[in-house]
Amino acid sequence: MTLAEVRRGERFNIKYIPDDLVRVQALRFGISEGAVLSCHEKVPGGPVIIKRNLQEIAVGRNLASNIIIEKEN
Amino acid sequence: MACHHKNSHHKLDLEDSSKKLVLVGNPNVGKSIFFNYLTGIYVAVSNYPGTTLDITKGRYQDFTVLDTPGVYGVSSFNDEEIVARDVIMAADIVVNVVDAVHLERDLFLTQQIIDMGIPVIIALNMMDEAEKNGLSIDIDRLSSELGVPVIPTTAVSGKGLSELKASLNRARVGESIFEKHNELTEKLAKMNEETTSTRDALLILEGDPHLADRYRLKPMNFREEIYRIRRKRVDQIIDNVVSDLNDGKGVKATLSRMMVNPVTGVPLLLITLYILYQLIGVFIAQTVVGLTEEAFFLEIYEPFIRNLVSRVIPAASFTSKLLIGEFGILTMAVTYVFGLLLPLVIGFYFFLSILEDSGYMPRIAALVDRTLTSLGLNGRAIIPMLLGFGCVTMATITTRLLGSKRERIIAIFLLGLAIPCSAQLGVIVGLISPLGVKYFLIYVFVLLLVYVLSGTFLNKVLPGKSTDLLIDLPPLRIPRIGNVLNKTRIKSFAFIKEAGPIFVLGAVIITVLQETGILIYIQELVAPITIGWLRLPPEVATAFVMGIIRRDFGAAGLNSLAMTPSQTTVALITITLFVPCIAAMMIMVKERNWKEATAIWFGSWFTAFIVGGLVALFI
Repeated sequence: MTLAEVRRGERFNIKYIPDDLVRVQALRFGISEGAVLSCHEKVPGGPVIIKRNLQEIAVGRNLASNIIIEKEN
Repeated sequence: MACHHKNSHHKLDLEDSSKKLVLVGNPNVGKSIFFNYLTGIYVAVSNYPGTTLDITKGRYQDFTVLDTPGVYGVSSFNDEEIVARDVIMAADIVVNVVDAVHLERDLFLTQQIIDMGIPVIIALNMMDEAEKNGLSIDIDRLSSELGVPVIPTTAVSGKGLSELKASLNRARVGESIFEKHNELTEKLAKMNEETTSTRDALLILEGDPHLADRYRLKPMNFREEIYRIRRKRVDQIIDNVVSDLNDGKGVKATLSRMMVNPVTGVPLLLITLYILYQLIGVFIAQTVVGLTEEAFFLEIYEPFIRNLVSRVIPAASFTSKLLIGEFGILTMAVTYVFGLLLPLVIGFYFFLSILEDSGYMPRIAALVDRTLTSLGLNGRAIIPMLLGFGCVTMATITTRLLGSKRERIIAIFLLGLAIPCSAQLGVIVGLISPLGVKYFLIYVFVLLLVYVLSGTFLNKVLPGKSTDLLIDLPPLRIPRIGNVLNKTRIKSFAFIKEAGPIFVLGAVIITVLQETGILIYIQELVAPITIGWLRLPPEVATAFVMGIIRRDFGAAGLNSLAMTPSQTTVALITITLFVPCIAAMMIMVKERNWKEATAIWFGSWFTAFIVGGLVALFI
């Protein structure tokens, strides 16, 4: 599934980020393929806000729909 | 005259032989407090060539202390990073200020500086906040993992600052990620043979084009591989040193959610905009500017300078017109820049700095991202759009922060087209409010519609793809007034330095147009459109031409005309959409190029008259 489909409060694992530049920028913020994150908030139709510890990152909806994730239980 | 003005003085010199202590950190980690503590009051601000960014420089013992813009890493994604990179490359030691609450984000930069082989000491700042958040950090372990000294600090209350000062001599080269990765170590060693330092070698491996160019090498493409290993290492360190995480459920977490959720976020944003309007549109645009522009510049300064100049230069000469005429360099340009714009710019940057430092700004960007995406922009474009209500010229410069050329063109066009600047807004409000709510709503609705339609249209026709939102939401904090004032000062100064010469050039062009009679000719040329299509009195043409010079002149020119409420509304809509003022136009040329600026210019003419005429047909 994609990051755009995740629901608020769910924990997930990033599998794949498509764009090179985005991947590099995400790495600097603390999001890497394999990282376990949680969905902090979803703005309706807008960005998905993900969280790792206290770090929050807003990911535009379009970008989110290109990021492949796997739900963690 | 105008073209090389920007960099002619206060150029930052990184080549001198002094020992350099460089302060480095992510945005909003409190670096400036450390800078002030180390250097005291004797600091110099110098412009970084080729950018609007300023670097603050001071002294501590035998060190030259340099501040850098807040960045997430050392590379060259934007102006801030290029400047930070160059200053860091020249460092003898780095004081890395790290936000204890955001180790995931901040330690990436730390590890990169360590990998560059630069001696580092870490100020682990915001320790009070970390404690409040239930975060426990094993500082000794963090220090041994990184291989550099770590001093816990709470800079706001002065805690740990003297310890940091006393420990500066302990700064050293830390544990590089390359030590444990044979393959990378080899690559770095090889690159080291071709360069003069590890820092250069590393950045070339990470694909930095500027540095590679300096050595006439091709940038390598190991950036992602290195970043991945570095990220892994940082995550590992954090797992080892941080414990006791209680997931934030406090007031700040709730407020943070409320800010991005439309149900609560939109009202919060509207309240914020209302406060902004009260501060800029009412207090500054009317009260303050009334004092500075009218009471001081128009009534005291201008008569004084006219009197002074006319003693030396004959009043009827062209030089006199150029200097002290209706659109003179010493009269209109000076009054406009310092009497009108400066107070507005200061007010805007003050408000924006508060939004930025409090952490609200990126949350507004997240909230409006969806809306702006349909116009081919992303949430970050909210910053130039807000600034546009202050001064389109200032906002146009700020579009540099947008991710692609395409986004910049869209943003600049929309700014020039449908965002009335505060100078104009004041006059428009004065003209339209007596007409009643109906006309006010028509005005707002038409502009909003044009804004949305043009954005959507440009998004469809412009080639390429706009970038997506990917931003860090920093913690919500109460801004420190000292920091806010400092930012306001630096940014306002940079704006005046950038835009000032352009207003002078604008004044010269207008004087020439007027003296050669071209201005009158243009007035007559557009008359058929004004009367036939817009159904307005012929004198309105003069207001339009005035509007090219200064947008509020245009609106003010309508003041004296006898028109029906419908005519006033049509005229106001047309003049708002009409071309941006000459200063904004010059900035567009500078920020983009002649071709695009001209296209934007004629695009605005076209849109303004079409929409104005259509509105005239319907109301």
